Amino acid sequence: MIAARPGLVRQIVAVIHKDLLVEWRGQARLLAMGTYAVTLLLLFSFAVGPDTKTLQQHAAGYVWLALLSASTMTLTQSFRVETEAGALEALLMLPVDHRAIYFGKALANTALLVVLACLVMPVAAILFDLSAAEGLYWLLPPIVLGAAGLAGPGTLYAALTARVAAQQLMLPLLLFPLIVPALVAAVKSTSLVLQGDPMGQMSSWLIVLASFDLIFWSLSGLLFAKVVEE
Amino acid sequence: MKWENWVGLLGLALISVGHYQGLFVAPPEAMMGDVGRILYAHVPTAWVALVVYLVAFVAAVGSLGSGKRGWDALVESAVEVGVVLNLLLLFQGAVWAKPTWGVFWTWDPRLTTTAIMAVSFIGVLVLRAMLNRPAQRAVASAVYTIFAFVSVPVVYFSVKWWKTLHQPFSSPQTVDSPMVTPLRVAAFGMLFLAVFLMARRWRLAYAKLSREDEAPDLPPAAAAIQLEGGGS
Repeated sequence: MIAARPGLVRQIVAVIHKDLLVEWRGQARLLAMGTYAVTLLLLFSFAVGPDTKTLQQHAAGYVWLALLSASTMTLTQSFRVETEAGALEALLMLPVDHRAIYFGKALANTALLVVLACLVMPVAAILFDLSAAEGLYWLLPPIVLGAAGLAGPGTLYAALTARVAAQQLMLPLLLFPLIVPALVAAVKSTSLVLQGDPMGQMSSWLIVLASFDLIFWSLSGLLFAKVVEE
Repeated sequence: MKWENWVGLLGLALISVGHYQGLFVAPPEAMMGDVGRILYAHVPTAWVALVVYLVAFVAAVGSLGSGKRGWDALVESAVEVGVVLNLLLLFQGAVWAKPTWGVFWTWDPRLTTTAIMAVSFIGVLVLRAMLNRPAQRAVASAVYTIFAFVSVPVVYFSVKWWKTLHQPFSSPQTVDSPMVTPLRVAAFGMLFLAVFLMARRWRLAYAKLSREDEAPDLPPAAAAIQLEGGGS
């Protein structure tokens, strides 16, 4: 008797579990990525100069640029693992909905970026002498929605460029122009939390981020099957 | 003569007439004087660039849906012509901005979106150059073209929240009537020229793709040698 195929949600959870397990077994990689992002923060300060006021003003931008640079590594990695030894072909042969593979991988990448942000944020707070004017918990929505904004289209593009020899170059080249709206909104909303939000603009920027995520997650979910089947 | 050559000639004629009128017949622009005459080149370029990108988007959807070589060739040709027009648009904009705004570049949403649009669609061309397997290249460039096209309004509205300097869109309703005719003539000329270029480029792309399918095992260089040998 053939066992019933698990529902979409359980398939997605299984993919997330698999991806995070792979990541957990190679903790050195996450650590390396965190160090890389922190190094970038240091470099930004060197480029701008030691003026604390300027650094504080631009802190949100530096944090997000550091995360963006590091994200291209997590994203390429998430498919590098799959192209080794035909792992992706094996995954596709399983009775798994291809959308489940996309959403599982994208959610796992989002989770990784959130973890990375949680590593980078405290370091930025120390380096730039930051304090959350609007309450620390308000940082969570921009971080989660911003990470999703990078990971959603990023996962699809990583699949798209998985077989390109120069993937490390191609992925940022394709991804960076597309995620400009997510970057703008994430930086603005993070900055509002850090600097204070007297005009109450926070919710509008979060709506921009959320709509960006909605548009590109659904479009990616729709097109992912086409990309991996090829 | 192939049909697109006639279209190209017609385009050339219309552009000549439109620009003659724009430069010598139409009155100088009220605020900017003679500098404003670049409008007759700039606005048609913008319109036609968007139309060509729309063609690329439709071709990408067709290519994904049908997997036919003709659609894939249209993606290649439309994106390439679109990028040329897009870069032209940025250049014209910078030339126009210096005397009117005093700078070559500002972070106005329309400018920023145009620049991001150029980078995005150049990405399609780079991606196509990097992928060797025809079917994989067709799917990848179609998917990326769809994303690049969909992102244009999203980028526009997100950047718009920064600030706005650009004058509102020019349309026949907002432009004085002696300026409407040259603008329309030049726009149709530009459109026909773009159709001509796309058709020529499509034929080339289609021939190349057909060649690849006939000799799939050969690396590109060997295929090119074979192509030359076959022609003689």
